[in-house]
Amino acid sequence: MGRVRRMRQAAIVNAAVFALLVAVALAAHVLGAPYVVTLATKAAIFAMAGVGLNLALGYGGMVSFGHAAFFGIGGYVTGIFASHAAAGTPVLTLPFTVAGSAEMLGIWPMVMVVTALAAMVIGALSLRTTGVYFIMVTLAFAQMVYYFAISWRAYGGEDGLSFYVRNSFPGLNTFAPIQFFAIAAALLALAMGFVALVTRSRFGLALQAARANPQRVMASGIRPFALRLTAFVLSAVIVGLAGSLYADLNRFVSPAMLSWHMSGEIMVFVILGGVGRLAGPVAGAGVFILLEQVLGGVSDYWQALLGLLLLAIVLYAPGGILGLLPGGRRHV
Amino acid sequence: MLLAEQALNGLQYGMMLFLMAAGLTLVFGVMGLINLAHGSLYMLGAYACAWVAAATGSFALGLAASLAAAAAAGAVVEVAVIRRLYARDHLEQVLATFALILVFSEGTRWVFGSFPLYLTLPGALSGAVTLPGGLQYPLFRLAIIATGAAVALGLWLLIGRTRLGIRIRAGEADREMVAALGVDIARLYTMVFALGAALAGLAGALVGTIQSVQVGMGEPVLILAFVVIVIGGIGSIKGAFVAALLVGLTDALGKALLPSLFARVMEASAANGIGAALGSMLIYILMAAVLIWRPEGLYGARA
Repeated sequence: MGRVRRMRQAAIVNAAVFALLVAVALAAHVLGAPYVVTLATKAAIFAMAGVGLNLALGYGGMVSFGHAAFFGIGGYVTGIFASHAAAGTPVLTLPFTVAGSAEMLGIWPMVMVVTALAAMVIGALSLRTTGVYFIMVTLAFAQMVYYFAISWRAYGGEDGLSFYVRNSFPGLNTFAPIQFFAIAAALLALAMGFVALVTRSRFGLALQAARANPQRVMASGIRPFALRLTAFVLSAVIVGLAGSLYADLNRFVSPAMLSWHMSGEIMVFVILGGVGRLAGPVAGAGVFILLEQVLGGVSDYWQALLGLLLLAIVLYAPGGILGLLPGGRRHV
Repeated sequence: MLLAEQALNGLQYGMMLFLMAAGLTLVFGVMGLINLAHGSLYMLGAYACAWVAAATGSFALGLAASLAAAAAAGAVVEVAVIRRLYARDHLEQVLATFALILVFSEGTRWVFGSFPLYLTLPGALSGAVTLPGGLQYPLFRLAIIATGAAVALGLWLLIGRTRLGIRIRAGEADREMVAALGVDIARLYTMVFALGAALAGLAGALVGTIQSVQVGMGEPVLILAFVVIVIGGIGSIKGAFVAALLVGLTDALGKALLPSLFARVMEASAANGIGAALGSMLIYILMAAVLIWRPEGLYGARA
């Protein structure tokens, strides 16, 4: 099979997976099942987190086990701004005054700035290590943020932080499930488009080359560290925005968003769907939510079944769900 | 006096972490496998001990059961799943063992229910002793310290002085060569994995007497054990021992001292909050500092 044909098939699969998600939400809306629309929204948000992680993990080869930190930081920034806006108090007074906000368009830039800063610090330190050290160091940094959130009483500590009004978006009623879904789906599409562009750019090609053969990339005068750190930060920002949407979906943030289980789940979305495939995390998150609903109805212990399924995929279908479809396994 | 007590608590915590970290670092050093399910074996040991001790009334039998159950579960998991992962990359190992955690946790919840079990201390080990200097300290915690020290000594002898230890070290250095020399490498790996599992089970049983035995108890400990082996240098038992004590002491002393240190420069409630937050982050800060200084850990030979 030719490379061009394979790429075209992969593009069709990507579009089809995204279209399926939108179709499910629209059908549920028309049939009057807002609960299913909310599930599709959750899938879109998780998918976006997966798309973000995939940039670091699938394309950059950085197995981060700490991306829940960025998911949770995005959530907490959203919750903190929203709760200050509700109380009419400023978020910060020193060194300059930052007012609270209940506007998604006002909050998202803050989310991006804060997650980018956190990712720069965590990434710069973690990328000093490689392999299994990197996995554990990113995990440990996420735990650090987790414990900080637990002991930070001002914003709910262990109990988490509720805000009662979902943040607003100009021209939309964010409380209508289908309209909130539209926001989540649009951001997901933007994230996918962004990752597609990045991976096709010179930067993205160098990043993938640094995964496959760091020595050769260094020999051609490119430092893998700078490439990797940039990819790590971009990946964290996407995950942070997904966390912001997740906070808005629940109107609640808690340390659970920062826990290592969350990191594991984001990773599961990526692997379940297919590593290094653009729509892999979308398929993975969709299937994860579906399994949660179907298996959750079969048994209260559905996570055990999920574990067995995951085990089977890792052992027998390492390309994930999309690896079983035309377009084949990732071409490395 | 308070300081001495906290130092002993830190020592006890560190010994417990060492029991966990020793197995993890051994498995990583010899087989190159990152095993998230190690915490599940810890939980399994605690449950086996609690269940057998409640059924027979004997804590000693419970301890034996925890060793046996964790070792057996380790061997079964190694043969059924883990063995297929040695040649895979770390990502797949993380995922497969994450899946094993889900299976173990939910399986345990299914068998034992969601309510925690409690282990009662055997009479001979309960109560406190008076240490030189007049400090009253629980005997059982001293017993944990002694157990940890004994295991460390035992492992040192096992790895350094026995035929099995020679094979383990040789397997670490060159798998193909050892196999070519006629050592059954598959069996050796199963044994190493079961040994690590048994140590985790022992740690679980010992801690089960201090805390409650419940699903999910293994996960916080697992992550700390990771911190320990990253600080110590992955694959190094000596590094794990030093780092475990370092982490145990840092955690206990940091949590005890930081709030009062901050209280000297700010008001009490704020100092308590910041002190507690920093105290629980301190070991991760320690880890970050060690990695900046030595990315391969204190005793790590290779990254």
